[in-house]
Amino acid sequence: MSRAFTPKVITANALIEGDVIYLDARDNWTRELSRAELLTDEAHAQLRLVEASQRHAEAVGVYLADVKAGDTGPEPTHFREDFRRTGPSNYFHGKQAER
Amino acid sequence: MYSYSDFDADFVANRNRQFRAQVARRIDGSLTEDEFKPLRLMNGLYLQLHAYMLRVAIPYGTLNSAQMRQLAYIAERWDKGYGHFTTRQNIQYNWPLLSDVPDMLDALAEVEMHAIQTSGNTIRNVTADHFAGAAADEIADPRPVAELLRQWSTDHPEFQFLPRKFKIAVTGSPNDRAVTAAHDLALRIVERDGEIGYAVLIGGGLGRTPMIGKIVNDFVSQEDLLPYVEAVVSVWNLLGRRDNKYKARIKITVHEHGLEEIRALVDQRFEETKAAFNGADLALFETIKPQFAAPDFAKRTVSDFERAYDADPVFRSWADTNLAEHRAEGYAIAQISIKAHGQTPGDATAEQMRVMADIAAEFGHDELRISHEQNVILPHVHKSDLPEIHARLKAHGLATANIGMISDIIACPGMDYCALATARSIPVAEKIATRFDELKIEKDIGDLKIKISGCINACGHHHVGNIGILGLDRAGVETYQITLGGDHTENAALGQRTGPGFGYDEIVPAVERLVEAYLEEREDASETFLETYRRVGMPPFKAALYERDPARVAAE
Repeated sequence: MSRAFTPKVITANALIEGDVIYLDARDNWTRELSRAELLTDEAHAQLRLVEASQRHAEAVGVYLADVKAGDTGPEPTHFREDFRRTGPSNYFHGKQAER
Repeated sequence: MYSYSDFDADFVANRNRQFRAQVARRIDGSLTEDEFKPLRLMNGLYLQLHAYMLRVAIPYGTLNSAQMRQLAYIAERWDKGYGHFTTRQNIQYNWPLLSDVPDMLDALAEVEMHAIQTSGNTIRNVTADHFAGAAADEIADPRPVAELLRQWSTDHPEFQFLPRKFKIAVTGSPNDRAVTAAHDLALRIVERDGEIGYAVLIGGGLGRTPMIGKIVNDFVSQEDLLPYVEAVVSVWNLLGRRDNKYKARIKITVHEHGLEEIRALVDQRFEETKAAFNGADLALFETIKPQFAAPDFAKRTVSDFERAYDADPVFRSWADTNLAEHRAEGYAIAQISIKAHGQTPGDATAEQMRVMADIAAEFGHDELRISHEQNVILPHVHKSDLPEIHARLKAHGLATANIGMISDIIACPGMDYCALATARSIPVAEKIATRFDELKIEKDIGDLKIKISGCINACGHHHVGNIGILGLDRAGVETYQITLGGDHTENAALGQRTGPGFGYDEIVPAVERLVEAYLEEREDASETFLETYRRVGMPPFKAALYERDPARVAAE
């Protein structure tokens, strides 16, 4: 039996600012993980990755990140993605300061 | 200090113009990231976890006050008002916009600075003893030869696409303050029969396969130096493993081929490189040397220093830990700790940079140094000015008296910034420093180097920390491995792993238990942590870590 597919989101860094961005269901880049499109089907996720990777004038380093469904949208499953959606822990800089 | 020639200024200006056009083409979509990445890396621009990062070279760690002020200006104008000094004597800006970087590079060029070859598979910023030109124990100032190497390696046509990065360090003193044995190539200035020459080490490095550098030649004369170094890099350039980036550094080449074979190949290649050098390098060296001439040291009484030392315990404490012996009478080397307890190691605000620049201009012969230990040095200050200098530093949070002590921690940016990191380092450093400040036993502990890396690439030099801490990702959890007995000096040694790692909340109590064990085991207060470790070995420390008060493992 094949392993269950871990849900994903498309993420990258924005070309100009370099900050973390996620792809939403309307094909827009969002700065909020909670607004990202939750990809629960592997084939669909791969298709979305191909599409997003072609947007090289907007995004850098596009990849699929593991997430889980939460009450307010996708939630990280790994601490690295948690830091990416938050910002550094030594200063109140980055995304946490922009909310 | 070295001043740019017209050639240098034109070279940097041209490179900046090229890069400005490359950035424009990236932004308008004509260049893909795959095409742009090698270009941005050649100019020090990384993409990290939350933003771009610009790494600016501070050649051999030397700055004047105008340069430091410009670094402050750049931090405020294009970043978030601070900069991060690194273990390779660079400064990193963590938040630049891609579109602003060309302006930042132009601003750097105004003060004869750049970010060229601070990344990529090239010869990187040449580092040197941060006490260069000031230390009492120095044979010769390492900066002229470091500058010669900088000019030789910058845009060297043969060495722009090396198997991997190549790091060079130089010390002019037998007391190694530049961690030379952990570099791909190191020069140690030596004197033989009255002649100044260089002992050449190769194959040192930390990272996933740590190695101590080996002496490939114990005396290379000044006239043979550049051809010899060129022969070393050239031999490695051909032999280095381009098939596997984890085996590409020269330390692996030396390990796989053996020092003898490498030495023979270098000697053979040297015949060719030597013939190709026409003496222009020596003429250039002669024009570089006088630019590093010592300042005119003043002859004044040190009574103001002595009065303050006797009267002010805070000043005394700072003087005891943060001053080092200067070669000129009445002078001292003052080390400014960028490690206030609980703060990010190596970070200075723009305001702090200006304060340090002003002090250097007014009292320090206009010189500043950045140490690989992420502190700032005033290399030439007269002792009578130290009470005033200390007062100004204190007013700006720069008078922490902890150089060489448990809170003077090297920490890489770790997962708070770095895309390669597997765990955080900065908050671990902050918590250790805060904890030992609370315990008020820092002075009693004495010399103890803690070095923390957030991944096996070891930018935080954990292998050569007396206590080394390595942050890893173990099944999705931040885990910290401890090594003991590392030494970054001329007696360089790699630390030994204690055993299983500790969780993020367990690592500070673990360090505390190690220190308790040291305090119990040491013969007297003059025996350092490293000396005690060498005498008693691992067992008491292991027992303290894994057998003592298991309940406290989960504390905090």
